[in-house]
Amino acid sequence: MRRTVGVAAVSAAVVLVAGCGGGGPQSGGDQKLTGDKIVLGVLNDQSGAYSELSGKNSVTAVEMAIADFTAKYGDKAVTKDITVETADHQNKPDVANSKAQEMYDRKGVDLILDVPTSSAALKVADVAKEKKKLYFNIGAATTDLTGKSCNKYTFHYAYDTYMLANGTGKTTTEQIGKNWYILYPNYAFGQDMEKSFSTAITAAGGKVVGKDGAPFPNTSGDFSTFLLKAPTLNPKPDVLGTMQAGAELVNVVKQYNEFKLRDKGVGLAVGLMFLTDIHSLTPAALAGTTYTDAWYWNFDAKNREFADRFQQKAGTRPTFAHAANYSAALQYLEAVQAAGTDDADAVVKGLEGKTVEDVFLRNGKIRAEDHRVVHDAYLAQVKPQSEVAEPWDYVKVLKTIPAAEAFRAPSADCKL
Amino acid sequence: MSGFAQNTFNGLVSGAFYALLALGLAVIFGMLRVVNFAHGAFYMLGAFGAYVLLTEAGVPFWAALVIMPVGLGLLGMALERAVIHRLTRLDPLYNFLLTFGLTLILQDLVKLRYGVQSSPYATPSLLSGTVNFGLFDFPTYRVFILGFAVLLCVAVWWVLTRTRIGMVVRAATERPDLTRAFGIDVGRWVTPVFGFGIGLAGLAGVLAAPMRAVNPLMGADLIIVVFAVVVIGGLGSIFGSVAAGFGIGLVQAWGEAYLSNFPIVSQTIVFVVMAVVLLWRPAGLFGREEAPA
Repeated sequence: MRRTVGVAAVSAAVVLVAGCGGGGPQSGGDQKLTGDKIVLGVLNDQSGAYSELSGKNSVTAVEMAIADFTAKYGDKAVTKDITVETADHQNKPDVANSKAQEMYDRKGVDLILDVPTSSAALKVADVAKEKKKLYFNIGAATTDLTGKSCNKYTFHYAYDTYMLANGTGKTTTEQIGKNWYILYPNYAFGQDMEKSFSTAITAAGGKVVGKDGAPFPNTSGDFSTFLLKAPTLNPKPDVLGTMQAGAELVNVVKQYNEFKLRDKGVGLAVGLMFLTDIHSLTPAALAGTTYTDAWYWNFDAKNREFADRFQQKAGTRPTFAHAANYSAALQYLEAVQAAGTDDADAVVKGLEGKTVEDVFLRNGKIRAEDHRVVHDAYLAQVKPQSEVAEPWDYVKVLKTIPAAEAFRAPSADCKL
Repeated sequence: MSGFAQNTFNGLVSGAFYALLALGLAVIFGMLRVVNFAHGAFYMLGAFGAYVLLTEAGVPFWAALVIMPVGLGLLGMALERAVIHRLTRLDPLYNFLLTFGLTLILQDLVKLRYGVQSSPYATPSLLSGTVNFGLFDFPTYRVFILGFAVLLCVAVWWVLTRTRIGMVVRAATERPDLTRAFGIDVGRWVTPVFGFGIGLAGLAGVLAAPMRAVNPLMGADLIIVVFAVVVIGGLGSIFGSVAAGFGIGLVQAWGEAYLSNFPIVSQTIVFVVMAVVLLWRPAGLFGREEAPA
């Protein structure tokens, strides 16, 4: 601990000296970068519930982006001194708040990446606004990041609750069944998901015949009361939509299978699911389940090439969050390269309205109105075990949802 | 009607887990005066052990059902000899520090090797169907759990009330000094009883693996409710812990089914029951107020 404080103090001093030494931002000639280097900060959950879907492997993805950027530009790169700082926010808003401040102020971080957990993500947006430093959120779902809490320095990169509800709610209603029973964890994320789904279902001509907020956290681990209730509702629901995440999702699905709801004519749709969730439940337990994915590693050759490189470093296949961290870091570095400076306002100006095509962003566009990064999303279905040809190849993409339809229109609540 | 029967059945299945865990806590507290905060971690180890045995050695569920409780029981006995027995002479605060510290160590060791993501464990094929009760279908595996847990509780009750070992344990639990005065070596029963309690937690863990998310924190979540169960039943009361275990399972299931319009109530009902019981009978439903704490 003492050593970290020491290092932090030294690096803060370096930043200060460099800042003062530069004088005016224009006077330094080549000195366009603070401290003559770029520091990327990955702030996420490194030991808790979200540490597998983002965690340390997000850092690996960011390091890959730096390596690719350096290899691409070589001596022409704006700097070769690009480093990564990481911190564990433990999914707690207050910890996220103080870690973000420390990153910007004392570690000289130019851009904060990732930040799963909506409440923590919103806190970091406030810090970015106050410090006038860049922040690309990847791991969190709340649409407030591009709604009432939006700001000039915050970009929402990978997905949000609207994208999930619109993709899964609309398509499942059209293709599988009109009557839904929604089960959600009774806290901010779950309530937000329930509302987004109900809106999308109704808009697609479906009906929510029942919905229940399950205790959160559900200490007993038991959801059977709700699962038993589902087939007895009148009219009987065609689809059970579960908004639970992580271990709670695992519990719901295990018990859904135990009670054989699929045999009773109640299909399963999942609000938010990561590749790592399918891995822990096994495809056999989820076969036939539809959900919306922001990216899938085995979708095409380009994704697969990235996934192969990622696996060599991380030992596992990337989730969409990992790919999005890679893309976000790379696009930031490209923007700095183009602007020739890491000055946040100049970089924002370069990013706004930009169209981007990379391994994660297909038909990608960084919207100037609300800083929502829009891109193609995918309606995915879990394969039956018999069709799984290799480890981690668990889903098939049913349909690509075009970027223009995948995300909501810019919200009137957002004033940049 | 069938809805009510199903919910009741479910409540009893949840209750079976509470009862097995609370029973272990109760015998350990009775014999050692130690509140074992690490109980949830051993439950987790039971489930994880079953998973590791299956994936790394191909050992099936049925074998794990024997191997894990015995293995963890032995580990428990070793721990009792190594550290737990030192607690008797110390301030109760050390009890908390030691057993809670053990929980953190065990959880993090598992995390280090297997991560936090839940691990898959399939229901044994023999029990994967459903049983038709006329009024309703019910998963065979749940029927098995309930039957197994009830049998086990009856067996423990039989051992405690009908055998000499049981008599010694009960006597040592309720009046350790007096029992010693009769020339009975209480000390030699302490280690096996601790191992037995841990073994029960491990057994509950193996039973949970096919129907619950197997991850390092599964015990930490459940143990909160189990402590409420133990307090309601009366700390150290063997019958009380089992009865309260099944009772709380029922209350939770009914609460979720019939009070779902009042989520606040259905989420807190266990602790409301606990508060009411403590106000009405401070030693718990089956606890004895004069029992030394």
